[in-house]
Amino acid sequence: MAIFVDENTKVLVQGLTGGQGKYHGLRNRDYGTQVVGGVTPGKGGQDVDGIPIFNSVAEAVEATGANASFAAVPPKFASGAILEAAEAGIGFVVCITEGIPAQDEATTFNRLVREFPNTRLLGPNCPGIISPGKCNIGITAGEIAELPSADGPNVGIVSRSGTLTYQALYELKQRGIGVSTCVGIGGDPVPGTNFIDCLSEFQNDPETHAIMMLGEIGGSAEEEAADFIQANVTKPMSTYIAGVTAPAGKKMGHAGAIVSGGKGTAQGKMDALAAAGVRVGLNPTEAGELMAEIVAAL
Amino acid sequence: MDLFEYQGKQYFARYDIPVSKGGPADTVDEAVTEANNAGYPVVVKAQVQVGGRGKAGGIKLADNEAEVREHAGNILGMDIKGHVVKRVWVEQASDIEEEYYVSFTLDRAEKKHLMMLSREGGVEIEVVAEENPDAIVKRHIDPVDGLSADAAREAVLAANLPEAAVDGATDIIVKLYRCYTEGDCDLAEINPLILKPTGEVHALDAKVTLDGNAEFRHPEWEDFKGLAVMDDREKMAAEKDLQYIGLDGTVGIIANGAGLAMSTLDVVNQVGGSAANFLDIGGGANADVMAGALEVINSDEKVKSIFINIFGGITRGEEVAKGIVEAMSRVDLNAPIVIRLDGTNAEEGRQILLDAGIPQDKLRSEPTMLDAARAAVSLASS
Repeated sequence: MAIFVDENTKVLVQGLTGGQGKYHGLRNRDYGTQVVGGVTPGKGGQDVDGIPIFNSVAEAVEATGANASFAAVPPKFASGAILEAAEAGIGFVVCITEGIPAQDEATTFNRLVREFPNTRLLGPNCPGIISPGKCNIGITAGEIAELPSADGPNVGIVSRSGTLTYQALYELKQRGIGVSTCVGIGGDPVPGTNFIDCLSEFQNDPETHAIMMLGEIGGSAEEEAADFIQANVTKPMSTYIAGVTAPAGKKMGHAGAIVSGGKGTAQGKMDALAAAGVRVGLNPTEAGELMAEIVAAL
Repeated sequence: MDLFEYQGKQYFARYDIPVSKGGPADTVDEAVTEANNAGYPVVVKAQVQVGGRGKAGGIKLADNEAEVREHAGNILGMDIKGHVVKRVWVEQASDIEEEYYVSFTLDRAEKKHLMMLSREGGVEIEVVAEENPDAIVKRHIDPVDGLSADAAREAVLAANLPEAAVDGATDIIVKLYRCYTEGDCDLAEINPLILKPTGEVHALDAKVTLDGNAEFRHPEWEDFKGLAVMDDREKMAAEKDLQYIGLDGTVGIIANGAGLAMSTLDVVNQVGGSAANFLDIGGGANADVMAGALEVINSDEKVKSIFINIFGGITRGEEVAKGIVEAMSRVDLNAPIVIRLDGTNAEEGRQILLDAGIPQDKLRSEPTMLDAARAAVSLASS
């Protein structure tokens, strides 16, 4: 078991003929992911390193039985790519694109909810998802993820920041702790999948025994997650919130990462999560150490 | 990108939102010309991106040319909370019957747009929210449906605006929503929205934040650039398209990804140091970007050591290493580098750095983020 993706996931890469799509799509395949096709309008019939290219997602689904897609396309085309995948019946879309206008993102999210309730979007502006040993969609370097062990305990990871996702995987690998699934939800204002979606799945996943959550300043997603944890999550958790030292009023790279009007501070988020029973580390390494303690006690 | 008031009003005008007649001025003579064009009395308003400019003496009423000269002369060059006034906006003064508040922004928790409307305008909306929350009408708008004139009118009525203001306010709210969505704003706010004794409604102020991600479809935004308050380091970084924020410490920071960059600041702070900056080279950065980042850090005289913290995903280790070698051959770095390199192609990257034969006192590698932070902080304090 794992959440969202596993060894049966068949992946299309939208933009497989582009630089990023090719580099990461082929790395995903090399990892063992079933990358069954690529989509680039006008390039149907070609192939990339043996992977067939189709003109549309619908054609690709028809020919390959794909059930997930990896959208690696520029910001201008990202909303169109996501909706095309949903329309073709793809159930899980991972979009790594950075720099999508917030208006497009909000509209696309609400269209998905209303018109394609069976499609889950991960991202945009996220590193993707990896169920170690089974499926890797996105830009995570697969070798930094520790394989889950058959009898556990295994940890599920959910993170708002790309590089912190890798850091979390790395911290667990150093300590030999297996990972069931690691989900990078991305730092944009309207993520398709949020902390709560992932926490809920991890709580219900028998292969996940503990959860590590990486947040950052800005917005209220961590506070909402804390409320959800309090009410619904019984598995032990550790966390780290980036941006303790970030000055107020300055946007720290991510569209979402800003402390404004005294809201969205790291301290407020850490306090909320601690109150919900989550063990809080002051840096990613400390969160890893706390997770090692948690796992040792299971 | 935050707009100045006058830019916000110019942006509003593109969407037919009524604003006072006026124009920007950088000199006293220009202010007089704009005042003569607008018609007296006029208001001379300091253009700074900081609150409280009225209290600081940055907004003055002028009945004639002599008064415009006096006020513009005083306001231009004035320092308002660290912001020096380089430009004023001179507009025809308005008689005010009542002041309202209206804004559009994205409610991230609801994933919908949020309209806020209040009959109590002219004061900070945070104060109204604190003291009299019922005075603010909030409406969520699904971006797929948009905002209809009927829905806008319903909100205006719910906010108890007087009958004289209903039609005018409804019209402006619909136009402001268009400006917010089609104009790709993160925030579009009018405070105050005024009702004149003559029954007209119009925008007396404008607060607009544009979404930088939408720049590709707004060539007209080019006009708004160039007046933002940036220090020399920030200007240099902006030219190189780097996500840079200047801070006051002694450890220069370069990291990939906003989360890791913030985390790097945190760790440096925890081991007793202080960061000179936030610098995110972003995903997929190549050698050129790394070289540019080092040049920006090197221009900061306070920097005593440089901490490069890279965890490769989309960014490849060998590109990072090439960039460092390239930068070190191009510029004479004033401070030593401590690097922590992990993730995609990290091995190749470390090898490139070794092969370059850079002396240990100029560049050293540390195995973990914490070790590297300690080393960088110790170098900065020695």
